[in-house]
Amino acid sequence: MHDFIQYVVSYLSSDRSPGAAGNIFWATVYILVVFAGVSLAVICMNWLERKILAHMQVRLGPMRVGPHGLLQPIADAVKLLLKEDIIPADADVVVFWFAPFIVVLAAFTVFVVVPFGPAHAITDMNIGILFMLGVSSLSVLGIVTAGWASNSHYPLIGALRSSAQMVSYEVAMGLAVVSAILMTSLNDQGIGTLSMIGIVKMQEAQHVWFLFKFFPLGVIAFVIFAIAMVAETNRAPFDLPEAESELTAGFHTEYSGFRWSLFFLAEYAAMIAVSSIAVTLWLGGWLRPFANVHGPDVFIPYFWPPSDASLPRGALDLAFSFVPGLAFLFLGGVCFYNVRRMPKHPFFKIQTTGLAAFGALLGLVGLILFVPAVRDRVGDIFWFTAKVAGFMYLYIWYRGTFPRYRFDQLMKVGWKVLLPVSLGVVLCTCTWAMRSEVWHEMIVPLWQTLGDELHRLVS
Amino acid sequence: MIIGGILVITRRNTVHSALALITALLAQAGIYLMLYAPFVAGVQIILYAGGIMVLFLFVIMLISIERTIKERQFNHQWLIGIVAAAALGGLFIAVYVKGKTLFPERRPSYVEINNTQGVADLLYGQHTGTYMFSFEIASLLLLVAIIGAVVMAKKRI
Repeated sequence: MHDFIQYVVSYLSSDRSPGAAGNIFWATVYILVVFAGVSLAVICMNWLERKILAHMQVRLGPMRVGPHGLLQPIADAVKLLLKEDIIPADADVVVFWFAPFIVVLAAFTVFVVVPFGPAHAITDMNIGILFMLGVSSLSVLGIVTAGWASNSHYPLIGALRSSAQMVSYEVAMGLAVVSAILMTSLNDQGIGTLSMIGIVKMQEAQHVWFLFKFFPLGVIAFVIFAIAMVAETNRAPFDLPEAESELTAGFHTEYSGFRWSLFFLAEYAAMIAVSSIAVTLWLGGWLRPFANVHGPDVFIPYFWPPSDASLPRGALDLAFSFVPGLAFLFLGGVCFYNVRRMPKHPFFKIQTTGLAAFGALLGLVGLILFVPAVRDRVGDIFWFTAKVAGFMYLYIWYRGTFPRYRFDQLMKVGWKVLLPVSLGVVLCTCTWAMRSEVWHEMIVPLWQTLGDELHRLVS
Repeated sequence: MIIGGILVITRRNTVHSALALITALLAQAGIYLMLYAPFVAGVQIILYAGGIMVLFLFVIMLISIERTIKERQFNHQWLIGIVAAAALGGLFIAVYVKGKTLFPERRPSYVEINNTQGVADLLYGQHTGTYMFSFEIASLLLLVAIIGAVVMAKKRI
């Protein structure tokens, strides 16, 4: 028993992820926390999507179920669990049962390497980014088998279209990722890294997010990845495979109740996963904005500098460390503002108290985030999550703004536009990164050879 | 992996065979991991299981499969098959039993070098890059395959 406690406590002083430190107990704890966190995020995304889409379309969205529809996702989940489980006649039962399982497995296994902080990942593989791309490409198999196992026309066509789309955009995604990995090798040893934590540490060492590096190459690579990731997750405007007006919900037409909710869960988890890739590769992962600017040292007793001596202690760090707490306090404030706006009618008493309680909860979380012990540990996770939340908002914004691509237009964009542009970005990144060597060892001798040839021709 | 392989050749339904092949490929990636080659394992999953098998499944689903399931399966060359399989099995057993004495200088050293960097050194290194030519030839071969497929499949205008 004492050994076990020793084993548990020995990890707390290490600065590596539990997988890298070999600590199975903490790795399991992290896995459970990440799984619960992603599921919670998917539930929040459900509510956010309906509310944000509604407000973009000048309507209100769910307002009845809880205060401002906050309990709507729970109602949806209960409904899906209680729905009848239909299996189509002549469908291949084993494959039909297996398909959502594959998709959910692929979507959730990816989170093993997602870096929420320098030590806040479940593990740090040498091939982190390769692992993420590979496992997320396994979800295509789940979709194809789902469409085929339904033994019906619409799902089959939807599945084939979806898999063709996902395979095409994986190429452009991979090339954009290659261009970002190239930028990680610009250190004094000339050796890059594929590990997710290593990529963010390279951005920290080079004092620039890869989004702004080699301007505009970083931006173009990021935009290519942003477009490809929307197509990869079958979201608007690339959601023809699951479009209701064309294909009556495509590959998941015949899935009802809990099986459909598994597809839904996997789709949103995949969205969060590819957004995490984009945030890690281009947006600096867990780094706060202007991570290398520290400002003068500040001293406030019991509050600043942080107890961990390796953390920076400047004025700008102090200012940015207030942001998590202030964000939650702001959200609590929004809740209380809406409490004031609630109709003053006895029928709304429960909703009003519910919303006030929710606002108080958010405010409490915000106040906890000011406590120094919590603030130092949670800062990285907050910045990473905030950036991924920004991407989620972009996803919902695209859905509310863009009309759907027709399938041949979709494939044309994937192969004829994104692929050449991403190839060009990789080439230009290579030459920019090695420009002095390219100039002296290739271009200058070329000029000299040309000059000699011309001399010989003329004279 | 062995179970996956056996399922590939014994299932009557082609899609079941393809799914069994996917599990066999994932097991292969696991074997690469056990040989301390995570880069090769990752690339195997991305390309083979996530790309090539998807295209396999495409073709399988686009042909009419109900007819082929009900057709009677026949195999008229079973005697030659048994002889060839027995010869191959005998070869495997002989190499396994006498393995270490056959290849003494090729004993693999499971050093914990970074596999990605090792592959890059062998391909692109200035003094250690001995496989560049064969790499380019292999990629040219793939290009020829793609061009051949396009030429054979395109419509005459």
